[in-house]
Amino acid sequence: MAEIPEHILRRSAEARAKAEGRSVEEVLAELKGEAPPPPTSAASGAAPAGRDLAAEAESSGVPQHLLERAMRARAKAEGKPVPAAGGGAATATATATAPKPAAAPAPAVPPGVRTQRLLTVVKAGAIQQVKREPHDKVNVWPHLLAIEFVALLACLAFLIVLSIFLEAPLLEFANFNEQPNPSKAPWYFLGLQEMLAYFDPQVAGVIIPGFGLAALAMIPYVDKNPSVRPSDRKLAIMIFTFFIMAAAVLTIFGSFFRGPGFNFTYPWRDGIFFDDLKAILE
Amino acid sequence: MANGNKGGGMSGLLDHVRESQVWNSIFRPGSPFRAGYSDSPRNRSYVIMNNVLYHLHPVKVKRHGVRLSYTLCLGGLSFFLFIVLTITGIFLMFYYRPTSPQAYLDLQALTTDVAFGNLVRNMHRWGAHLMVLSVFLHMARVFYHGAYKPPREFNWVVGVLLLLLTLLLSFTGYLLPWDQLALWAVTVGSTMASYTPVFGSQVSFVLIGGVQITPDTLLRWYVLHVLFLPFIITIFLAVHFWRVRKDGGISGPL
Ligand code: HEM
Repeated sequence: MAEIPEHILRRSAEARAKAEGRSVEEVLAELKGEAPPPPTSAASGAAPAGRDLAAEAESSGVPQHLLERAMRARAKAEGKPVPAAGGGAATATATATAPKPAAAPAPAVPPGVRTQRLLTVVKAGAIQQVKREPHDKVNVWPHLLAIEFVALLACLAFLIVLSIFLEAPLLEFANFNEQPNPSKAPWYFLGLQEMLAYFDPQVAGVIIPGFGLAALAMIPYVDKNPSVRPSDRKLAIMIFTFFIMAAAVLTIFGSFFRGPGFNFTYPWRDGIFFDDLKAILE
Repeated sequence: MANGNKGGGMSGLLDHVRESQVWNSIFRPGSPFRAGYSDSPRNRSYVIMNNVLYHLHPVKVKRHGVRLSYTLCLGGLSFFLFIVLTITGIFLMFYYRPTSPQAYLDLQALTTDVAFGNLVRNMHRWGAHLMVLSVFLHMARVFYHGAYKPPREFNWVVGVLLLLLTLLLSFTGYLLPWDQLALWAVTVGSTMASYTPVFGSQVSFVLIGGVQITPDTLLRWYVLHVLFLPFIITIFLAVHFWRVRKDGGISGPL
């Protein structure tokens, strides 16, 4: 059994002690399993015989007249004489010493059925702000972790197979005096290199990538449309797709359709001038 | 919580280990590796909550978020590739000296003399290409889901930085084999940066440590590649993942 913190044990012992009219220490010991529980009270179904309503009202914070009314109502429902609870300390003591009803009726709850006592009802809003969207949620374990694990294995397997069959290029030793023709940047920069063929190097090499990156970062602050539905975002999707396609086309062009001198070439006619993927394509 | 009847031999030993203090000090309550683990809603929560995984994942996520077709796992795979690159990269560091001509000779030796050296080198290289690709595709999927909209604006900006850092990591690594491909690809790439208006020569100087690529550039890019950039990207990854959770988990559904 899980460890129950001491202060919670004590609180429940106090509540039970009050309900059963026993001392807190005794109940606490019983809860901790240090003492045997007392023999079950014969009057389990009966109302507590005597109650000091004034004291009870003070300790529980429930107004005394409400306590009285509840006691009377319960007594009536159970068909027992209404305990005299006038309110004053004197009356309360008197009831406390009054004899118990002779034969307590058997509890109305059939055996095997668990009853529960509602101790307090605190409206959620009164003590904490509850902001719950009605979301359909699932446990990360196992649902998400299992998927992630499989994805990870698949990715690793793919990478290993790729690495077994494809050799990473290692050309001749770096030679400062012999520039290969063509010389190409890594593939992810080939779109930019391709643009060098059309624009001034300052524009193609610095201004376009610089502004491009800045524009990319500013998207969330420029696109004020709150909807995420594709049908509401036609313009945004169109613009973004245009740039993605442009980048892809420029990159593919720079990779495969540029030969010696970075001049136009057909890969199927003149061969491939793309060292990154030469191993794959040949 | 012990299993009532312990078998002898191997399984008995296993039971014994799983109930030991050492074992239980490693695996916190609710761990599936503990003796007596049972599949209950409470334990399903504990698997995450009582575990270092709690730094990455909440206990529960929106149901649509686990559908493969939503994220395509691209962010997660980018991160996984980063981890694979870190591991294979550390392996490569054992055999690599960033000087000329030693760098080239070391790579040659790696591909011929070192057990699994060639495989690990290939994995590092293709993994790097795949990571650029998967980060890019991840960005596209985030865009098409409108997942950069409030409150996730800033995480998109962090993402753009991650994209830039990924490219820089890949580009600095590109020089390290010190072969013709490395030298001239980097020459072309870094010449572009030297066209920066006004500060062109300064940018070039900081980037390659001079007016043209020299063995000093090799050392500089090596340090950037194995230390500085991984350090920076790790910090931004931490911010990125933290924001994914603080912004209310995965976005959507559409
Ligand atoms: C090293 C690169 C990156 C890694 C490892 C990474 C990782 C992740 C992961 C694991 C997620 C959780 C959801 C998912 O898997 O899709 C995520 C979400 C997100 N990422 Fe990235 N990311 C990277 C780059 C980027 C880039 C380049 C961008 C955008 C420019 C970006 C923007 C976002 C945004 C906005 C989210 C929240 C998406 C949502 O809530 O649906 N990330 N990222």
